[in-house]
Amino acid sequence: MRPPSDDGCSGAVFVSPITWRARRVASGFVSDPSPAIRLRGVVKRYGAVTAVDGLDLTVPEGTCVGLLGPNGAGKSTTIKMLTAQAIADEGEIEVLGHTLPADSKPARAQMGVVPQLDNLDVTLTVEQNLLVFSHLYRIPRSERKAAIDRALDIANLRERRGARVDELSGGMRRRLLIARALVHQPRLVLLDEPTVGLDPQVRQELWALIDRLRTEGASILMSTHYIEEAQRLADTVVVVSKGQAVAVGRPSDLVAEHAGAEALEVYGPPARLREVEEVAQMRGWPTRRTGTSVTILRAEDLDGEAPEGERRVANLEDVFVLLTGEEIA
Amino acid sequence: MSAVPTTRPTRPGRPGRLDRAALTGVLVREIVNFGSYWRASAFSSTVEPTIYLIAFGFGFGSLVSKVNGLDYVQFVGTGTVATAVLFSSVFPAMFGTFVKYTYQKTYDAILAAPVDTEELVTAEALWISARAGVFGCVPMLVAIVFGLDPSWGMLLVPFIAFVAGFGWASFGILISAVMKSIDNFSYVTSTVITPLFLVAGTFFPISGLPEWARILANVNPLYHCVQLVRDAVFGLSAIDLWHLGFMVVFGLVAWRLAINRMEKRLIT
Repeated sequence: MRPPSDDGCSGAVFVSPITWRARRVASGFVSDPSPAIRLRGVVKRYGAVTAVDGLDLTVPEGTCVGLLGPNGAGKSTTIKMLTAQAIADEGEIEVLGHTLPADSKPARAQMGVVPQLDNLDVTLTVEQNLLVFSHLYRIPRSERKAAIDRALDIANLRERRGARVDELSGGMRRRLLIARALVHQPRLVLLDEPTVGLDPQVRQELWALIDRLRTEGASILMSTHYIEEAQRLADTVVVVSKGQAVAVGRPSDLVAEHAGAEALEVYGPPARLREVEEVAQMRGWPTRRTGTSVTILRAEDLDGEAPEGERRVANLEDVFVLLTGEEIA
Repeated sequence: MSAVPTTRPTRPGRPGRLDRAALTGVLVREIVNFGSYWRASAFSSTVEPTIYLIAFGFGFGSLVSKVNGLDYVQFVGTGTVATAVLFSSVFPAMFGTFVKYTYQKTYDAILAAPVDTEELVTAEALWISARAGVFGCVPMLVAIVFGLDPSWGMLLVPFIAFVAGFGWASFGILISAVMKSIDNFSYVTSTVITPLFLVAGTFFPISGLPEWARILANVNPLYHCVQLVRDAVFGLSAIDLWHLGFMVVFGLVAWRLAINRMEKRLIT
């Protein structure tokens, strides 16, 4: 068995995302004059709790930005502020050229939101759910039918259009939730933990769907606490911890910069792990705990005195743990 | 007073500016959903007042022949219109709204669309009051079977029921926005709704009540609804402007308060 943290980073499946990511990045996110989302110094407090603590965030037009952080990092609060369902205490928020919260309605009209919690109308059919949202998003009568058909196609639910939502599988409901957010062809899509709690096959299905969306040119902000999701889908990853952005960059750049090329995982009983950590500290090797093992990062720089262990490619999770000291899924 | 700071800029929109498209969107959602539960809703909203009508009509009707110059079935047949309006507006507003924003998270989805809290609350209240306008007529139709004479003035009853329903729907939304838990609704039902329901001149005239109860009845919107319905059926007079005015003011105040409290609840 390979260690579980390996699977996001190796194998053929990962090659093609890197190619398109590079292509999209090359097509210019460096100095886009009018980003889809711009947050500057945003602070949001709930009583004594500061959920978002001076967050800066930019989503360039046409790119996918992943907000990666553990539960409670402020990701959902950030998404709520983008639809003015939460109002920032400090800072500036601009969405699609509109200043929030004062001018949020026109921004919302061009935005699609996929919530973390399924809030479909369960006694309605698939098609009726889309019909309701075609009205909420003000699609003109003449375009409504085509818009619903298009959304059904995106979610691959054309055959189930007449089925009641409570008859659908979890994966289909998620697809419908995404289709509902796309019925008005939004310029910007917010996805709040789009695949949380789903099994791997369904997750991959949704990734394909999100990927297609981005190739069609929509700007995407996606919050996630799944490393692999961020690594596969995001052009830019923003690592969030305690309401702040602690690192921003392309996934591969972040890994290279913070965790190097390779990691060495040393397994053993707790006493052995402590010993390895002590040695690493003495020699100045960066390490992180992975539950059952100690991982020595930048293993490519180790000399012959390195302890026995399994070498693997460094990944975003290493970066995350290194930067925040927090374990995530 | 509350210690929560309220100086933050709130969400968009100038008060009183309602986008028709936003109202339509919320109404369409309600109408489409109504298709899946209308039987249960129509049943509970109409059968209960009809039972009251029949029980009181036969029960008291055998003891009382005339009330304020009306046959008892005429008196109670018109009075229970207000009961039907109350039941079909305040309870769906209280429970439905609470379920939609707390459990189903429906309002999260609606407010992420180009719809503001003001439009959401207004559309919900309009929808519930439209239903109340229809359901409110059921006891009157049943009473016709039992001897209430039809009159042209009855055509006004759906509109009166609509206006009254708007006030009670707004009141119900207000309650659901203020309450922390759905269990707390029973406090409101027991201490506000039941007394108002009884002291409204529905089953017995308030003229026989002690003075304090008569004063209470006069600030009870349901009483004004009962009077207005009765007068519409048996003959309107100038005082009905007062009844209508009271209901309209009640509706407007409850509506604005519901928007205000719901915004505090939904926009954090």
